[in-house]
Amino acid sequence: MKTNYTGQPANRVDGSLKVTGTAKYAAEFEAEGLLFGYIINSTIAKGKIKEIDISQAMQVAGVVQIFTHENVSGLAWFNKSYKDMDSPPGDPFRPLYDHKIRYSMQPIGLVVATTFEVARFAASLIKVTYKEEKLVTNLQDNLHRSKKAPMGKVGYVQPKSRGDAESVFAKAEYKIEGEYVHAAEHHNPLEMFATTAIWEEDGKVTLYDKTQGVSNVQLYISNIFGLSLKNVRVVSPFVGGGFGSGLRPQYQVFMATLAALELRRPVRVVMTRQQMFSFGHRPGTVQRVAMSADENGKLTSIQHEAYGETSQFEDYTEIVVNWSGTMYNCENVKLKYELVKLDVATPTDMRAPGAVTSAHAFESAIDEIAYAVKIDPLEFRKINYAEDDQVEGKPYSSKELRACYDQGAAKFGWSGRSIEPRSMREGNQLIGWGMANGAWDALQMPAKAQAVLSLDGKLTVSSGTSEIGTGTYTIMTQIAAETLGMDINDVTFKLGDTLMPMAPLQGGSWTAASVGSAVKAVCEEVKAKLFKLASKTKHSPLSGAAPKELTMAEGHIFLISDPGSRLSIIEVMRLTETDSIIESGMSGPDPAAKTTHSFNSHAAVFAEVKVDEDLGTVIVTRVVCAVAAGKILNPKTAGSQILGSVVWGISKALEEETVMDNNFGRFMNHNLGEYHVAVNKDINDIDIIFVEEHDDLVNPLGIKGVGEIGIIAVAPAIANAVFHATGVRVRDLPITMDKVLQLAEEDKNQVRV
Amino acid sequence: MNSFSYHRAAHPVEAVKDVNNQSDAKFVAGGTNLFDLMKLNIEKPSHLTDINRLDLGKIEVLPNNGLRLGALVTNAATAWNKDVEENYPLLSQAILAGASPQLRNMATNGGNTLQRTRCYYFYDLATPCNKREPGTGCSAINGFNRIHAILGTSETCIATHPSDMCVALMALDAKVNVTGVNGERTIDFADFHRLPGDTPHLDNHLEHGDLITSIDLPADHFKTNVAYLKLRDRQSYAFALVSVAAALKMEGNVIQDVSVALGGVAHKPWRDRQAEEQLKGQSATAAGFREFAETVLSGARGFGHNTFKIELAKRAIVRALTMALKNESTILSDLSKA
Repeated sequence: MKTNYTGQPANRVDGSLKVTGTAKYAAEFEAEGLLFGYIINSTIAKGKIKEIDISQAMQVAGVVQIFTHENVSGLAWFNKSYKDMDSPPGDPFRPLYDHKIRYSMQPIGLVVATTFEVARFAASLIKVTYKEEKLVTNLQDNLHRSKKAPMGKVGYVQPKSRGDAESVFAKAEYKIEGEYVHAAEHHNPLEMFATTAIWEEDGKVTLYDKTQGVSNVQLYISNIFGLSLKNVRVVSPFVGGGFGSGLRPQYQVFMATLAALELRRPVRVVMTRQQMFSFGHRPGTVQRVAMSADENGKLTSIQHEAYGETSQFEDYTEIVVNWSGTMYNCENVKLKYELVKLDVATPTDMRAPGAVTSAHAFESAIDEIAYAVKIDPLEFRKINYAEDDQVEGKPYSSKELRACYDQGAAKFGWSGRSIEPRSMREGNQLIGWGMANGAWDALQMPAKAQAVLSLDGKLTVSSGTSEIGTGTYTIMTQIAAETLGMDINDVTFKLGDTLMPMAPLQGGSWTAASVGSAVKAVCEEVKAKLFKLASKTKHSPLSGAAPKELTMAEGHIFLISDPGSRLSIIEVMRLTETDSIIESGMSGPDPAAKTTHSFNSHAAVFAEVKVDEDLGTVIVTRVVCAVAAGKILNPKTAGSQILGSVVWGISKALEEETVMDNNFGRFMNHNLGEYHVAVNKDINDIDIIFVEEHDDLVNPLGIKGVGEIGIIAVAPAIANAVFHATGVRVRDLPITMDKVLQLAEEDKNQVRV
Repeated sequence: MNSFSYHRAAHPVEAVKDVNNQSDAKFVAGGTNLFDLMKLNIEKPSHLTDINRLDLGKIEVLPNNGLRLGALVTNAATAWNKDVEENYPLLSQAILAGASPQLRNMATNGGNTLQRTRCYYFYDLATPCNKREPGTGCSAINGFNRIHAILGTSETCIATHPSDMCVALMALDAKVNVTGVNGERTIDFADFHRLPGDTPHLDNHLEHGDLITSIDLPADHFKTNVAYLKLRDRQSYAFALVSVAAALKMEGNVIQDVSVALGGVAHKPWRDRQAEEQLKGQSATAAGFREFAETVLSGARGFGHNTFKIELAKRAIVRALTMALKNESTILSDLSKA
């Protein structure tokens, strides 16, 4: 039996639960007398509700109650009571608080009935009359109203300029500039947002919720409803995808809690797929990039400005342009990031927020400047390679991006590329090869965990994190089993419950490092306790042994000097009459390391496209994604995350866009038939490479997290491949056939972004 | 979804009578479109007449050697039927270019012709739509109209018909057999669907209570030299921006007969017989195909986001005819892997 599990492609420990349907999601928890809620959303984008006529709906048999702003009271009225751990600066949206409509599809009511179907039917009978006001939803037409992004959202840092990019650019011989646009995108995890709220006699409420942070939901609900934290339990053992949409509490948890508390009955509220387009999204963004280089291909100036949309009531910020100051050596960098307030829902973090937006524009521009100086785009990146963080002036704890370049290029066959656009073809299919690279933060947050070793030799470790499909259950089990030298089948990891030790929100690619370090720390405590106990055993091979003389493997504690002298975990506990060992602990980032080093993961993506010369259709035939992210805890689950990222990157490059009708201020393709994401037939060969990257500084596990890094450079790699194939640089995403053929007519007065 | 009553009909005449009894009753077969529309409160029938048990589920060779497709045969079973594959490959290709395997397994031939438009505004009760609620206005004309029509539009509606199968049926000169209150009749496929005009709420020329019983294909009609080309924003499970069903009858390099129908560009599958007449007797050349395409699109009008479709449709016609000439029986997405 081998117990060195980390680094091994272990199967998902929750795999059989998932494929057999045993794993329970938020909408699958049952309760006696369960009621069902159906949310009503506004049909206008801005104005006031004049009247909500619920009389007809209330008469439908099976309708129990209809909640609107007119009959809900007792809620917190301070804006700040609605803040959650991921709130940007501003005043959070307060559901059912007043008659104001701030964005289209804003939730304005809840019908509660004995079945979902009755609630939905009754909702169709509710008549809402509005007083409409003039609305503004067009980002491109309102760039002149932009304002500097304020500080305040967790993790947001203002961009820092250096040198004098404008003067250098003005005088430069080789230079390029361009404007890049992408519209809003919606997360659309497979599982719709859902809450089953159970009211208990003693005034407590248990919320089975789809969330990326049970503690955040607990805080939010207790503040709004004036409940003490101990009276709000949030449970979320499985999440059917989040991608950031579950970082902030969504409005269905408010609705379900409200109804359960008011009616003193269990209530379930599930959003429809259409309603999945009624809250935060990746903000539509306009970017301008200008660059200059000398004749040797050295970057002499970089200018990158970005204008992101936000709501009228909160300033959603993400780190877009900052990346452009770190990626390459360049003395003159001018960065600007501003927000435009529109009558839309507040945007929300969506996989690799900011970085994926940035890379699309910036890495396309790098390709363009490389072409301006007639240097292979990969070679150009090597010429300007930044060994150190160019903004902070600190070395990276590790940066194996060169290895990503080399191994990715070798696998892809990049050396066989002819540099001229339109130089490779098969019949009427133009072939293009493009590449790009990206970076993401390797963060660690404070996290707590608990470990319980029972007399039967079984270990249960818990932490209140969440499993959004990334493999958290599996890697935590691997870490715990390896730390204690136990069989993986004797270890159970539990998560997603506010009764468990607190963990940070599941986002930012930091869960493996944060919760993983806490799990390792708490298991080390258990191990120390076991060594102490082993030493206390009488008349055993380990009697009196000092902790430093002992080690653990294969379920046993033994002398390092004499592996034959050993006791099993069960024997140690029996001999010392120990019923159980319970340890709690916490782990956090090393503040000293942060002052000396920067921490990033990196990736290089290579893509091949075939573009029909006459019809403009683009097919991505091959992608190679090479990732440097420290030690890979589980190549199978990590590989799945990168594969999913690449698939999503292909979607983003070619298909995804939530289209806004600016006459109505309403997203129009709010279903999965018309909001296109990649289907099987869009996906061809994808190769994933994890390059070796040793890192002692980043955290005790030497890991960097892989949730975000895979997607960042995919869209620009594809855009660059399309340029190589066609000679046309499509700067707007998604890259559709009309844009490739340059047939698209811009009509900014109507609809875009 | 509204409450509705339900009756399972045993015979076509009974089914017709059952629907005719109530002004807002509807037939239901595969339900792949109707149920979605009911859940969204766009269709609100008070009564459904289930026709799935009717004896309309066969594909049979007619005495004149044509082929009769039962109204209840699924799209999948039709596409993979041996007679269809061999003698009407254009129809097989078109069906397989549409929807997804799951939908094709449920959707029926009769129902396919009756599917409603995919116009965003038609599907969203928050926005005016003349097709959904006559007289409220067309939101698409000044809205997001990338997927909308460029041919045969009216001031009241620029929606398209979303079917792929119907585009092939149009090109193949199919006929629709109908049983109604006044007995049986046959409608040429070209006369089956309507242009929007000032009655955009009407998609076709069926009367209330008319039941499609089968669709007939003429004998020995474009067995070779056909191609269905579908251009869309992803490789599967997306409606056509432009699709072309192209069929040629060649003698040497001379075009004896030609039929070209377009999808994704109008309220009905679009065909220009005058243009076809001009092409007959000519040699097959790229220039001739382009000239034909220019003629077909000569009356096209764009509305901003969809203006690109005019040039795209011309290119698609040229490509589809070229593919048909070479007998490249494939849809575009497979070309890259060829």
